[in-house]
Amino acid sequence: MRRALTPALQGLVLAGAVLVIVLLPRFTSEFRLGQFTYVGIYFVALLGLNILTGYNGQITLGHAAFMAIGGYTAALLILGRSGFELLGQQASHVLPQHGMRAIFTIPIAGLVTGVIGCLFGIPALRLAGVSLALATLAVSVSLPAVAKRFEHLTGGGGGLSLPLPHAPFGWHVSSPHWLYYEAWVCAGILFVVAWLLVRGRVGRAWRAIRDGEVAAVSSGVSPAVYKTLAFGISAAYAGVAGALFAIQVSYINPDTFPVTLSLLLLASVVIGGLSSLSGVIVGALVLEFLPIYAQAPPILHLQFAKEAGPVVFGITLILIVLLIPGGAASLVGRITRPVTNRAKSGSAPPSHDDFAR
Amino acid sequence: MSTLLELRGVEARYGPIKALHGVSLTVADGEIVALLGANGAGKTTTLRAVSGTVRHTGEIVFEGKQIARGKPDAVARAGIAHVPEGRGLFTQLSVWENLRMGAYVRGERRTLRAEAPRVFKYFPWLERRRDQQAGTLSGGEQQMLALGRALVGRPRLLMLDEPSLGLAPTVVQELFRIVKELNADDGLTVLVVEQNANVALDAAARAYVLEVGQVAIEGDSAELRRHEGVRKSYLGY
Amino acid sequence: MALPLAFVWTEFAQQVTSGLAAGAIYASLALALVLIYQTTNVVNFAQGEMATFTTYVAWSMMHHGLGYWPAFVLTLLIAFGAGVTVERVLIRPVEHRPEIVIVILTIGMFIAINGLVGWIFGPEVKAFDSPFPNRSVVVGGVSISVQDIGTFGVCLGTVVALWLFFRLTTLGLAMRAVAFNPGASRLMGVRVGWMLALGWGFAAVLGAIAGMMAAPTVFLDPDMMLVVLIYAFAAAVLGGIDSPVGAVVGGLLIGVVINLLGAYVNFVGQELRLPTALAVLLVVLVIRPSGLFGRVVVRKV
Repeated sequence: MRRALTPALQGLVLAGAVLVIVLLPRFTSEFRLGQFTYVGIYFVALLGLNILTGYNGQITLGHAAFMAIGGYTAALLILGRSGFELLGQQASHVLPQHGMRAIFTIPIAGLVTGVIGCLFGIPALRLAGVSLALATLAVSVSLPAVAKRFEHLTGGGGGLSLPLPHAPFGWHVSSPHWLYYEAWVCAGILFVVAWLLVRGRVGRAWRAIRDGEVAAVSSGVSPAVYKTLAFGISAAYAGVAGALFAIQVSYINPDTFPVTLSLLLLASVVIGGLSSLSGVIVGALVLEFLPIYAQAPPILHLQFAKEAGPVVFGITLILIVLLIPGGAASLVGRITRPVTNRAKSGSAPPSHDDFAR
Repeated sequence: MSTLLELRGVEARYGPIKALHGVSLTVADGEIVALLGANGAGKTTTLRAVSGTVRHTGEIVFEGKQIARGKPDAVARAGIAHVPEGRGLFTQLSVWENLRMGAYVRGERRTLRAEAPRVFKYFPWLERRRDQQAGTLSGGEQQMLALGRALVGRPRLLMLDEPSLGLAPTVVQELFRIVKELNADDGLTVLVVEQNANVALDAAARAYVLEVGQVAIEGDSAELRRHEGVRKSYLGY
Repeated sequence: MALPLAFVWTEFAQQVTSGLAAGAIYASLALALVLIYQTTNVVNFAQGEMATFTTYVAWSMMHHGLGYWPAFVLTLLIAFGAGVTVERVLIRPVEHRPEIVIVILTIGMFIAINGLVGWIFGPEVKAFDSPFPNRSVVVGGVSISVQDIGTFGVCLGTVVALWLFFRLTTLGLAMRAVAFNPGASRLMGVRVGWMLALGWGFAAVLGAIAGMMAAPTVFLDPDMMLVVLIYAFAAAVLGGIDSPVGAVVGGLLIGVVINLLGAYVNFVGQELRLPTALAVLLVVLVIRPSGLFGRVVVRKV
């Protein structure tokens, strides 16, 4: 893996980033703080997506569906059967009687979603590349309908309203501050976990599978195990992000995590740079702020329709694919190192196969 | 006889690997010229440089004009038919549809109407089996079809890449007999790449021997047959 | 699963015919997907959005006073041009890049076009005229809507016309040759790049037809083709991603089966038609990954 910056410089950048994140609340309004909380939530989701698609090469268009599962898990655990019935709905007997503290639901949501992700990963082994993308797209499109149908479990189309969030255990922290730190602490922990996974044996196995499954098998790597693991872990990340999101918004319904979000998540991770953990922060910032600034560009004092967001997003993604395929993360490399001569002209030899199919 | 095709100092590479280190040869109008050499000598690459399927530097002049670089379709339109290694048939299309594609370069319908009878004269069985899927033909039949398809386009120069590959000796004999007949009757100019030096020298008037991407030996076929190096390395005696 | 006690033939036939009409729409879009896949080896995730956009263009023309059929024809021409342009400008530069990259490009197109439609035309749902009268004919005791007949006729008519084009014309043959063996096609003098562009043009036309036939029923909104796209993908995959015949048969099959499931299986009802169809598709794929008609691909090592 090419390193654009020396380890010392990397450490410095990381320390700086941590400092910025910790001190940010002092310098921004509450509204902005909410936006940066979303950045943290997206950061978690995108870490998971990058693991699956960037490092393991399995393309998924259903990441938002896993966020939905995490979000609903957290919501149901927070409400419990009693809370559910308070909303005027008949609750499923699967739910526990009493709700629990929001903060505890986050790891549980992650775990539940992770297990479901592993279960999904198993049949996914039969599918590759585009077929997998199609299958995940299909799941993503179907999930809202399924959620609406099983009202006893999900509150149907009306969704679930959660009690307003506040710092637990009687800590004297304002809600926005609490949510911000909650999201970023999760993000920090999960970043470290991702970093350890990626640079270790697991990450090497993932990359080996991505770059050539047959070759990986002959080196003793079992694709079944590692691909399923990648699915499970990325789903767990999405589940945590979904739980954080539901807690932040205090509401969840089948349309909270639509297909378009899955597509935007993928777009963001590509813009930030596939298989680059540091690029994920760019992706998260883009996901939160690009639609806002596309709709109301700051200097121009113009106001566009809210659809301007997706248009700019899509065009940005297209331009990135055409011009800067490595995403934002690859730009850092270009700035800090001279451009090396790329392999010369002259294509690979046309094989026998080119002409005799 | 005028020069139809001339290569001057042609170099070609596949990525970082240089395959041709400056090849120069000529093919005169109405000649059959053979390009011999061992595996990896650069024979196929030379044909590819002419047809534009591999990028090259150096000059390639056809009918007095520089050929279009890197545009195989333009080269085909200029009148060079390249039957590649492996024949390049459309295996999922029928015999007739393959022939139609051969005529595409000059305007499918008119050309096919005019040229098909001639091709059927040399390969009568093609007409009987016109609806058969090309991929189900035997190796020899496929080679004949590939040749027929190239002829339908009324080429000025026919380039054959290893036509004998994988074929039984009797089939190879028949194939080259037809090539010689075409050359004698219609004045078709042929550049043939072959590993089977014996049968190639039998059909061709002149030959070049390539070694490691360069012309090592050249001359007319009789000369080459007597040449000791050629005899030992390529003719086996 | 509860089946009705009395099985009524006429109702069954009615479900089948309306299923065939919906299936014809899926078949058109599925054929578009397969056409692009066969020629350029790209799975175009934005096919549905392109169809949506061209349908909105048609609506816009009709809204400004143009008659249905003139608008229809003009839209097809615009769609063709747009398809060709997209291939030349966006797809050609990334032709040789890995599959994942091109998929992401088409997703970028999806996002952009979806947003563009909402931006230019507004997100409110609009009505779209149908050229067919709103009545039914009775055939053998079965009531069939003229709209369904018309939809089926237009879609399948286009498919047949395209089939004839590919079978009989020189250009069609050249395009098929390119799909099978682009390298050899070049040696025959075929300008492969333009053949690919034409493929995209025709696919866009198929998409526009699917959109314009679907719009009267599903109404015009930026997300209208999303579900149709999924069904079309399902049809293409079911039929074998490289088989045009499979795509069309798959589309019709899905249309009919969906309708029957929705009508006769209580559990499925209206909401779970899509998930059920997909569950069935996933089962088929797991058993036979190359689809019903597809060739089994041996992965090259």
